[in-house]
Amino acid sequence: MNKKLFRIIALALTVMLVTPLLADKHGHESILDKVKNRGKVVCGVHGGLPGFGFLGEDGKWSGFDADFGRAIAAAVLGDPDKIEFVPLDAAERFTALQTGEIDVLIRNTTWTLSRDAELSTDFAPPTFYDGQGFMVPKSLNIKSIKELAGATIGVTGGSTTELNLADTMRSLGLDFKPLTYADIDTLYNSYDVGRVDAVTSDKSQLVARRKSLKNPDDHVILDATISKEPLGPLTIHGDNKWNDAVSWVVYATFFAEEHKITQKNVKNFKTDNPEIKRFLGESGEMGKKLGLPKDWAKQVIIAVGNYGEIFERNLTPIGLPRGINKPWTQGGLLYSMPFR
Amino acid sequence: MEDNTLTQEIKPPDTSKGPVRWLRDNLFSTWYNTILTCLGLVFLFLFFKGFLTWVFTQANWRVIPANLQILMIGPFPIEQVWRIGIVFCTLLTLLGLSAGIWRGIVLQMAIAIVGVCLLLLLIPLDVVKEAENTSATLEFNLNIFYLIFIKRIWLLGGLVLLVGTFFIGRKKDGLKKWIIGGWILSFPWTMIMLHGFGENTISTTNWGGLLLTLLLAAVGIVACFPLGVLLALGRRSQLPAIRWVSTVYIETIRGVPLITILFMGSLLLPIFMPGDFQLDTVIRAMVALTLFSSAYMAENVRGGLQAVPSGQVEAAQAVGLSYSKTMIFIVLPQAIRAVIPAIVGQSIALLKDTSLVFIIGLIELMGIRKSILGNQDWTGLHAEVSIFIAVIYFVFSYSMSIVSQEIEEDLGVGNN
Repeated sequence: MNKKLFRIIALALTVMLVTPLLADKHGHESILDKVKNRGKVVCGVHGGLPGFGFLGEDGKWSGFDADFGRAIAAAVLGDPDKIEFVPLDAAERFTALQTGEIDVLIRNTTWTLSRDAELSTDFAPPTFYDGQGFMVPKSLNIKSIKELAGATIGVTGGSTTELNLADTMRSLGLDFKPLTYADIDTLYNSYDVGRVDAVTSDKSQLVARRKSLKNPDDHVILDATISKEPLGPLTIHGDNKWNDAVSWVVYATFFAEEHKITQKNVKNFKTDNPEIKRFLGESGEMGKKLGLPKDWAKQVIIAVGNYGEIFERNLTPIGLPRGINKPWTQGGLLYSMPFR
Repeated sequence: MEDNTLTQEIKPPDTSKGPVRWLRDNLFSTWYNTILTCLGLVFLFLFFKGFLTWVFTQANWRVIPANLQILMIGPFPIEQVWRIGIVFCTLLTLLGLSAGIWRGIVLQMAIAIVGVCLLLLLIPLDVVKEAENTSATLEFNLNIFYLIFIKRIWLLGGLVLLVGTFFIGRKKDGLKKWIIGGWILSFPWTMIMLHGFGENTISTTNWGGLLLTLLLAAVGIVACFPLGVLLALGRRSQLPAIRWVSTVYIETIRGVPLITILFMGSLLLPIFMPGDFQLDTVIRAMVALTLFSSAYMAENVRGGLQAVPSGQVEAAQAVGLSYSKTMIFIVLPQAIRAVIPAIVGQSIALLKDTSLVFIIGLIELMGIRKSILGNQDWTGLHAEVSIFIAVIYFVFSYSMSIVSQEIEEDLGVGNN
């Protein structure tokens, strides 16, 4: 009796272990179709970055990155709220994307060659062009990086930020003392009490953090930018259909700002411009080509507004200037590919 | 009268009590003690002056009421909060019934919970936020009462249920089996209620704050216990294979930090998983915490097993009890009784260890802290948020400690 029971258990265990191995990986199905079937986009975001991704007081994810996630949900499913946000740590963000835990990663991730080629991820157009800079107290009267010689500079550890700092200082032949912090809050706290002379990080972060210092006006962010940090959404490598959809959602926000289409006027936007007509889904089959509804771009603008509106809602309050994140028509880097 | 000089009246010894007497006895009994006390007070004052000035004048405590909702439940949709309410009421009902039937320690726990609930009913923490938006005083006062009532309706309901079921439980002794069954079913019930099904499913990524902390800790503490007992028995087993497996498991887990196990669970496990099969992040964290904790639990229980005299086992065998019966009825009760302090210590440690899961992106209390600091309105207020979270951890840890002391007293650990 016992032997028989043992055999049954052994058989059951074998079946349990082997079945998943035999299961089809569904590798051919695009995430776009999966999202439509599921009725929900799953988007990886930062768990707490001022202006970009954080949990609002009402329990809803807010920020610049979260809004782009909502834009994707609006384009694919017609509803910006059909989205689920997964807060991710820097280390696990790529794994989450590779294993299919999330559909798209919008977590201030810099587009670099290694990440594009090695990580089996594809990038969509950058939504924000950041760059590393320095913040110093006004009292030190420092105007350029060269005057930072011999200074103690605070930086968060294990990041490209640390590497950029070392590279820059070496190439300029400057001597400096780096002080590495694991925690962002401790870094700015030490800077505030004067333990370090300067602090270096992406300029968006410096701007956001300056506001929380004791006397924000006593500190100045140097003009110099020592690195390029194009931040944008990522999708898994090889799923072109999905990457196209995500990319064109980003372009749609650029395009709308270029043509002054806003959240307010998009519903009654009168135009004879054939390209804008195609954009609004009034003519052509732009949606069909992408595998999206006819009025997808309109839905994006209704949901989150054009790029300028998204920026003003999330990043202007933390004190970030538009800088190079302006339409190309105004001398910025935002350039939508043509809608035709 | 003059003859009575021998029976001179002697004053009775001073048996007066009270704070003044206590102070005189303990702090000001002699001149040098008085000096020491004064010096000590000055020192304490100087030491805490900075802290207290900060707490009362510089700290921006508005961050707490403003973010109370996410601190408690994270991104859990507020319109679905009735799910948590129902779970809360279910647990209090079970507790009320148990308190009625078993009395003793369960009753004391129930009373403690009633106390905490009443306290929560009275603290108008979450109302402060609304109060800022209202200006007219009378209207404002009425509003506060209304808000207190609406926001605390589940708390109130739970309390009524707890007290009501206590009186039911007192009269119905036959309910024992049902209640034990109820406690066992309460875990799947909680999960189903919180998760929901069909259209209204709430993904586990929406569980957060204190809710998630308590869930992780509860699952870890409850699940690691049976696993730990089995491992402890396994390590003392006569069968070499079982003994080695248990020993290797315990030593391996104890040899690596919890963070490593959490990272393994969150980064490596998904890569090994075949196809579309995805294990939920919260479930992965629960599994990792349980596996980690069970190794320590096993060693605690093994310590208890070694404290049981071998005569007990021999006596049990002499009357013909099987191995399992010997263990369940003779050895384990004595063994576990002896190591209750260690087990509770382990549970408290686990409660605090759950704070590590914020490393793998879960937004329990520490994760919420990070998120609040990421809100541009509240950046830089890390001290305020951290202190609030520390207080929450302390309240729960200390309550567990008190319960453990009560259990020890009830069972007479250390006395007989």
